[in-house]
This record gives sequence, structure tokens and C-alpha cells, in this order.
Amino acid sequence: MDRKADPPQIALRGITRVYGTGEAMVRALRGIDLTVEAGDFLAIMGPSGSGKSTAMNVIGCLDTPSGGSYHFQGVDVSALNRDQRALLRRNYLGFVFQGYNLLPRTSALDNVELPLIYKGLPRARRIAMAQEALEKVGLANRAHHDPSELSGGQQQRVAIARALAGRPGVILADEPTGNLDTTRSREIMDLLTELNRDDGITIVMVTHEEDMAEYARRHVNFLDGRIAEDHQHDSPGG
Amino acid sequence: MLLETFRLAVHAIFRNALRSFLTVLGIVIGVASVIAMVTIGQGSQVRVTRDVESLGTNTVMVVPGQGGMRQGGFTADRPFTVADAEAIQENLATVAIAAPYNITGITAVYGNQNHFTQLVGATTALMDAMNWSIAEGRAFTEAEERAGRPVCVLGQTVREELFGSIPPLGQTLRLESLACEVIGILEPKGATSFGEDQDDTVAIPLKTFQRRIAGNDDVSIIFIEARSDVSTARAIRDIEALMRDRRRISPGEEDDFSVIDMKQIASILTGITSVLTGLLSAVAGVSLLVGGIGIMNIMLVSVTERTREIGIRLAVGAQARQVLMQFLVEAIVLSLLGGVMGTALGLALGALGAHLMSIPFTPDPFVILVAFAFSAGVGVIFGYFPARRAARMDPIEALRHQ
Ligand SMILES: Nc1ncnc2c1ncn2[C@@H]1O[C@H](COP(=O)(O)OP(=O)(O)O)[C@@H](O)[C@H]1O
Ligand SMILES: [Mg+2]
Repeated sequence: MDRKADPPQIALRGITRVYGTGEAMVRALRGIDLTVEAGDFLAIMGPSGSGKSTAMNVIGCLDTPSGGSYHFQGVDVSALNRDQRALLRRNYLGFVFQGYNLLPRTSALDNVELPLIYKGLPRARRIAMAQEALEKVGLANRAHHDPSELSGGQQQRVAIARALAGRPGVILADEPTGNLDTTRSREIMDLLTELNRDDGITIVMVTHEEDMAEYARRHVNFLDGRIAEDHQHDSPGG
Repeated sequence: MLLETFRLAVHAIFRNALRSFLTVLGIVIGVASVIAMVTIGQGSQVRVTRDVESLGTNTVMVVPGQGGMRQGGFTADRPFTVADAEAIQENLATVAIAAPYNITGITAVYGNQNHFTQLVGATTALMDAMNWSIAEGRAFTEAEERAGRPVCVLGQTVREELFGSIPPLGQTLRLESLACEVIGILEPKGATSFGEDQDDTVAIPLKTFQRRIAGNDDVSIIFIEARSDVSTARAIRDIEALMRDRRRISPGEEDDFSVIDMKQIASILTGITSVLTGLLSAVAGVSLLVGGIGIMNIMLVSVTERTREIGIRLAVGAQARQVLMQFLVEAIVLSLLGGVMGTALGLALGALGAHLMSIPFTPDPFVILVAFAFSAGVGVIFGYFPARRAARMDPIEALRHQ
């Protein structure tokens, strides 16, 4: 125990997030403490409106918390300016949204290439990496299709390819299977499990389906903007 | 990175082909209409100024009656005689030239070809004063004028209409009962500012006109040039006094003839065309504005989609200025494209209009610049500022934008 332990990948302390003021004020987060080590696989659960998405957006630096502290790999995120937070997203974080959020009228390949452009990689390299990511999600043969030509499941897989193309340490997925049927959902979960197991990517996933939560190693339950429960779980795939 | 930004912008232009097309269309319409209209307006002004200058500023017309000059020449009012013109010429020191002439509409016939044209009974003095020069053949001789010989000189339009490729000199042209020999062709003069074809005319000696066409000794117009070293107003006073005397108009009675100062006509004409140019410019300004509003609309309608797009770009790690640079380049590329196409179209329309109206084509670089700058400005402002607002949001706010 001589060696000083690495700081945790994600460390939230007393995070609050308040929307609006006065009568219309909503306390979406009322003090969240959460520590996530690299390589973990979390399922965040809880009733609708309990603050799951708000917490995910704070972790992803898409939103600014009202109070508390957030350290990412030991770095105080609140001390970073907008551009530095953009760099953090660019180099360490990948997102998967319930609504996919792909660019319309843009091919799957171009969508996946997007984060790599901002990384400043040369074009040939970007295309190779984007192709590789599409292969990983099983959509190599759909590279030149627009989102409108793809099914919901396929669109979500493109979104996952985009999230993993930049080789992030963490993938944040907010209800990634929320719009999909059971078979497609299982395909997505298998994919996330594989990324976690084979590539060591930390996965933080919001879901309201017990079946999907089964894939995770750790369950965190939200209630009224607080964490009500946080326990390890023996995942069947593990 | 600049190249990459450019690539992203061009990509976005093609990805949103309809929006891009409509934006470019708005700019093209605005720029093209302004350039075309102002070019035509200014061209007609140049044309009128030139016509006015060629008239000479000391030209005066004397016509019977108080109604001014009438098309066709004959009026119910007491006409003049050749003696009136001679009296003006000889008695008035303020007058350089006084040339009588007659004018009427007539059907000219050659073989089985007819053409309705304007017949002028003229003297060589008048033709000189009006700058009618002979292109082919010759003008009337003094003997022909004195004797009232049946000879005629044709304008280019009459020649083309009646003779086509046949050489007209020496041929016989019929004007009602008069058969006259074609002895000359006039140099073409083109159309007046009113669009009247000055080459659609036939000239015969005044005496021939009086005897063979009118059947009397009347003169319907006296063309006068005041001496260049006196004021036209003084010459007009002299002419009025002399004519009242010759026509025995008692003091207190009104003139039964009019003395028309061509300078006044010229200034009225110039006034009309400058009003016309103003009107055209106003219409052009409105179309520029309409084009601008079109661009604005398209840009604003797509703000939601663009805001979400910016949210996506920010979420995957773009910095605000990278996104903004892309949008700025996109707006500039579209504006330049529309501006260049609009300028080309506007100049083409202006040139076509100038050709059809036979006015000079005088494009104004300043107008082109203003039209271009305005449309491009609208494109850039309404493309860029909503994007700037979006890029300053937290990514999640931009993504949720409704
Ligand atoms: N942009 C917003 N403005 C106002 N209130 C919001 C906003 N986003 C979320 N909320 C509120 O915050 C609370 C938590 O929302 P959210 O984090 O989306 O819940 P969950 O994802 O668990 O369903 C809810 O009461 C919601 O209405
Ligand atoms: Mg949610």
C-alpha cells in the first residue's frame, strides 16, 4: 500500500442542480455523491424525473452544476473554462443519447467521423477509424446510409460508433435502449458489455428496464434528486 | 484547420441543399434586380442627356395654335407661309437660321410593298440644321427645291421595308399621287428617348410637298436656331413680336401660335427620366429588401435545426469558435456565390434591357458593390448570429432547443 492510489475516474461530491428561480424552481439534483473507478459498468435507475439525466449531463460536462464539486481523473472540472471542457469531452468522453442525436442528411460514416475531425486527425486516418468503429457495431455495410435510411436500432449503433470512435475512457449512455424493442436492446447491451470487457471502457448507463440493468456490475438508484441505493451486482455475462 | 473548416462548411452547404439554394436565390434576386434596374435607369438618363445635347440648346420651334406641337403637323389654326420664315431669317438679328417645313403621315409604295411612314417637306437648310446627313446618293439641289421636283431622300427603315436588297437609288417611290425618284439615303440616327424611330422617314423638297401633297402654300413648322451669342429668351421675344405683327394680332389679343424652347422640352425630359430612375431604384430597393427578408426567413426557420446541430458538435468535443468559423465560412461562401451569380445575371439583364431600349449600357460599380454588400451582409448576419448564440450555450441546452 505504499503506492499512492490513482484518483478515481469520476468523483462527484454534493452535486446540486437547480432549474429556474422562485415559484418555478426545480431542484433536479439535491446533493449527489458518486465515485466511479475506471473500467466500471454502472446502471443508473430510478423513477422518471428523479434526476438521472441531469446527473449524466453534469458528468458529461454538457451541463454546469449549481453546486458541489466534480473531479474527472483528479482534475477539478469547475475550474475548467468552456474550451477546456470541450477538450475533456473530445478526448475522454463519449455520449449515447436516447434520441440518438445524429446529424440529419449525413451518412453514418460522416457522423462517426465528426468527433475525429475536432481531434484534428488527418482525413485518411479518420475514415479508417470511423470504418473500424462502424465495423465494431456491425454496420460496416451501412456506412453510406443517412440516418433516415436506418432503423432505430441501427441509428443507435451509429451513435455508439460515434461515441467510441475517439477511443474515450468513458461512455455515457442515457437510456440507450429506451426507443428499441427487446431484441435490438439486447444487441446494444451486448455491444456495451463487449466495449467494457474487451476495451476497458467505463460505462455509465441510465435505464429503467431491469433486464438491461442486469448487464451492469453496479446498480445506482436515484430518488428525488438523491442517490437512494448503490450496490454491486453480479452480472451474468461476467 | 482552415481547410478542414472550409470542407465542413461546403459539406454543410450540400447537406442542406434546399436551404442553401433558397439563400443563394434570395441574394441573386436582390443583387440582380438592383443592378439591372439601376443600370437601365442610368442608361436612359445618359441617353436623354445625349439627345438633349445633340438638339442644341438654342433651338426653337414655331408652330400654329396654342396647343404646342402636334403629331402630323396640320392643325386647325392659321398656318405659316415660307414668307414668315424668310421674314424671321432676314429681319431678326438674334436668329441664325429659320427653316420652314411640313410633316405628315403617309403610305409610301414601291412595287407591291407598302409602308406607312413620316413624310417631311424640307429644305437643305433644314436638313443641315437638323444634322441629317446623306449616306448614299445626294441631297436636293437648289434648283430641285425651287422647282418643286419629285425627288426624295429615304431613311434607313423605309429603305429596308420597301426595297430590301434592291438598290433604291434611281427607283420610283409612290407617295399618294406623287411619283418621286429616290436620289439619296440618310445616315441612320436610331431611336429617340421616346422610342420614336428617326429613320422611319421620307424627305421631299418643301415646295413639292406643298404642291403635290398638301395642295396649298402652308408651312406647319418653322425650325429656328438662335444665334449662339444671344440668349434664347431674347430671340423668342423677337420672334413673338414679329409674328404677332405679321399675323396682325392686336395688342391684348392672345397669340395664335406657339414658340417652343427646346431647352424647356429637354429639361422636362430630363426631369421625367430622373423620376423614372428614382422609381426604378425604389423598386430595386424593395426587391433587395424582399430578397433580404427571404434570406432572413430561411436562416431563422432553420435556427432550431442548426442549434441542435451545434449542440451535437459541441457534445462530441467541438470548441465554440470552431463551430462558429464553420458557420461563418458557410455564410460567406453562400453569399459570394449568390453575389457573383446575381451580379452576372443583373449585368446580363441590364445589357439586354439597354439593347432592347437602345440606350447605352453603363454599369455602375458602386451600385454593384452596395447590392452585393447588402445581400451578403444579410446572409452573414442571419447565418452567423443565431449560430453564435447557440455556440455560447451549454451543449445540453443547444441539444434540447425546440
Ligand atoms: N431544462 C430544464 N428546465 C427545467 N427543469 C428541468 C430541466 N431539465 C430537467 N428538469 C427537471 O429536473 C428534474 C429531473 O429531470 P431529469 O434529470 O431529466 O430526470 P430523469 O432523467 O431521471 O427522468 C425533473 O423534475 C425535470 O422536470
Ligand atoms: Mg432522463
